[in-house]
Amino acid sequence: MSTKHSKAAASFIANRQQEAWHDETLWMVRAKRDKMSRSLPEWERLRDLARDIKLYSNSHLDTLLEEFERNATANGAIVHWAKDAAEHNAIVEEILKQHGAHTLIKSKSMLTEECGMNEYLFEKGYDIIESDLGERILQWMNLKPSHIVMPAIHIKRQEVGKMMERVLGTEPGNSDPTYLTHSVRKDMRRKFLSADVAMTGANFAVASTGEIVVCTNEGNADMGTSFPKVHIATFGLEKIVPNRAALGVFTRLLARSGTGQPITSYTSHYRKPKEGSEFHIIIVDNGRTDILAQPDHIRTLNCIRCGQCMNTCPVYRRTGGYSYTYFIPGPIGINLGMLRNPKEYADNVSACSLCLSCSNVCPAKVDLGEQIYRWRQKLDELGRASGEKKLMSAGMKFLMDRPAWFNTALKFAPLANQMPRCLVYNGLNDWGKGREMPTFAKESFNEMWKKNKIK
Amino acid sequence: MKIGLFIPCYINAVYPEVGVASYKLLKSLGLDVDYPLDQTCCGQPMANAGFEKKSLEMALRMERLFKEYDYVVGPSASCVAFVKENHPGILEKKGHVCMNSKKIYDICEFLHDVVKVKELKAEFPHKVSIHNSCHGVRELHLSSPSEQNIPYYSKLRDLLSLVKGIEIFEPKRMDECCGFGGMFAIEEPEVSVCMGQDKVKDHISTGAEYITGADSSCLMHMGGVIKRDGLPIKTIHIVEILASGL
Repeated sequence: MSTKHSKAAASFIANRQQEAWHDETLWMVRAKRDKMSRSLPEWERLRDLARDIKLYSNSHLDTLLEEFERNATANGAIVHWAKDAAEHNAIVEEILKQHGAHTLIKSKSMLTEECGMNEYLFEKGYDIIESDLGERILQWMNLKPSHIVMPAIHIKRQEVGKMMERVLGTEPGNSDPTYLTHSVRKDMRRKFLSADVAMTGANFAVASTGEIVVCTNEGNADMGTSFPKVHIATFGLEKIVPNRAALGVFTRLLARSGTGQPITSYTSHYRKPKEGSEFHIIIVDNGRTDILAQPDHIRTLNCIRCGQCMNTCPVYRRTGGYSYTYFIPGPIGINLGMLRNPKEYADNVSACSLCLSCSNVCPAKVDLGEQIYRWRQKLDELGRASGEKKLMSAGMKFLMDRPAWFNTALKFAPLANQMPRCLVYNGLNDWGKGREMPTFAKESFNEMWKKNKIK
Repeated sequence: MKIGLFIPCYINAVYPEVGVASYKLLKSLGLDVDYPLDQTCCGQPMANAGFEKKSLEMALRMERLFKEYDYVVGPSASCVAFVKENHPGILEKKGHVCMNSKKIYDICEFLHDVVKVKELKAEFPHKVSIHNSCHGVRELHLSSPSEQNIPYYSKLRDLLSLVKGIEIFEPKRMDECCGFGGMFAIEEPEVSVCMGQDKVKDHISTGAEYITGADSSCLMHMGGVIKRDGLPIKTIHIVEILASGL
C-alpha cells in the first residue's frame, strides 16, 4: 500500500539523521511562533477576525477588486487582469518587451512559481534574478522551494558554502552564514543596480487605497524596486483586504505565525509609481474563483501563506517538502493541489494522520485537516482510492455490519497470536514495519459480558 | 441517568480489560451503567481511509443500540469524537438525525464534566506521562491544544491528580501526534513508525514508567513500537489507573 508521497517519505526518513535535523529545525519555528502568539492576549480573537475578514473579502471580490482597480488606477498604477497562468506570463512578457528589458529582478513569490513564470521567461531568453536569499540559493542550485516561507530550509549551510565556492568564488570550506550572506549581497548589489525591471508579489492588496503590501525580512523587494523604471506587482485575487484596518489584523498575524517574529523587518506599502516610472499590477485568478464554487474547500482562500501549517505538521517535518507532488507542500499544499487537479495530486492526501494541528495553528482558520478528510471521501469516485484500503474497508464493513460474524471472528482471533513470526512479519505487513502486532485477548469484552463475568 | 457503555471494536478484541475497568469505575461511583450487547465498530477506520459511506450501517446500528440511554460513554476519545463529529453528517445523508452525537462522552470528559468526581479510591504509586491524543485534545477538548493561546487545562491531569501516590508528567511536545492515524499507520508506515518512535522517546525523557491516555489506539501503536525496540516504558489506559484497586 503506497502513494508517491509515502514512497518519497520512506526514502527521506531512511536518512534518519537528516530527518531528525529537519524535524527539529521546523519544530523550533513552531516553538517561536507559540511564544510570539502567547505574547498577544487577543491572539485567538485576531484569528477569528482574520477568518471573518477573509470570508467577507472572498465573498465580495466583485466589489472589492473593482474598488482596488479604481483606486490603484487613480494612484497612477496600470492594472491588468489575468484569468490564468498563461495570461499572467504573457502580460509580464509584454511589459518586458515594451521596455526593451532583458533582466528582471524579483522578490519571492509563490504566485510566479504557480504560474511557472521563471521557466516561461527563461525560454524566451530573459534573465530572471531571484533576490530573496533562499530563492537565490535554490536558483543557483537549480532546485525548487521545499517550503513556502523558508524555501531552502532543507539545505545545510555546508552545502550552500560549497555551491558558493563554485558560483561566487567564496573561500573554500567557509560556510559561515554571515560571510556567505555578505558575499551574496556584494554580488546582488550589481544586479540590483543593473536590472531593467523589478517584480514583487504582494502579501496583501488594500481595496480602499489601491496599495499593495509586500513583507520581507531582507529588504530585497525594496532594494529591487528602487532602481528600475518599471515595477510589476502580481497577486492572486484572494490577497484583497477591504481596508487598512483589516490589513492591520493580518500584518499582526503574518510574521508571528510564519517565523515567530513580531513583524517582518520590512512591511512595504506600494501605492504610486515613482516619478518617471511605471507601476504595473496584475490581478490573477488562475483557478481561485473555481474554489469559491466549492463550499467544502472555500476556506483555503483564507490562507495568507505563512507556512506554519507545514512547521506544525508532524508528517511534513519528517518527510520534507519534496515528498509532496504539488509545488506547495504540507497541509495547505495537499489541499491546494487537490483543488488544482485532484486526479494528478491525489498522492498527497495520504500525508496526514488527521491530527488537526494545522487547523489549530492556522492564523486565518483554514480547516486544513478537515478538508483533507473530505478529499479522502472523494478519492474513490476520482478513481484514485487505494485498492488495498478499499478492500480492507469493505472487509471491515462486512464484519462490523454483522455482529455474529464479528463475535465469531473475535473467538478465533487469539489464534493469530500464535502464528510463527515469519508469517506475521513479512513484506506484506505494513504494521509490522517497526511495530509488533497487538495481542488479541483470549476472551472479548462482549463474551465476558455475556458470561456475566464483569461485575 | 442511564449510561450505555460504548466499547469500540479494538477494545473489545484487544483490550477488554479497559472495558472492564470502565464499567467498574462507573459502577463504583454509584452510576446506572449497562453494556448494550453485540457492539462492533463506530466506522471511523473506513471513514478516515476515505470510505465514509461504508460507515453508515455502523452509525445507524449505534443509534439503535443506544436509543434508550441518556448518555453514551466510551473509553476511547478518538472513537467518541468520530461519533460526535462525523456521525451527524453521515446519517444526515440518509435523513436520520443523529442522537448519539449529543449524548456521547469520552469517559474522562464524562467523569470530569458530568459526574464531576472529586475523589477516587485509586492508588498508583508510579510516574506516568500523559499522552494527549489528537482527537481527545482537538475535537473533544480534553486539554488545551498547544497551538492555541488559551489558559492551560487538562481534564486527564485533573483526574489523575485524584490518584494516590501518582507522579504526573507530560512530554515536551505535549500534544504532537504519535503517528497512529488509523489506516495512515499502514499507508505511510515509515512516517507513522518514525512519529511513534519520536513520541515514545519524548515520553521516556520525562522519566515516566508509564504512558497513559484516553485512547487505546495511540497506546496500541506506541506499545507496538516499545515492544519492537525493547524500550523502557509501558502503556496503560487512564481508566485502568483511575479504577485501580476496584
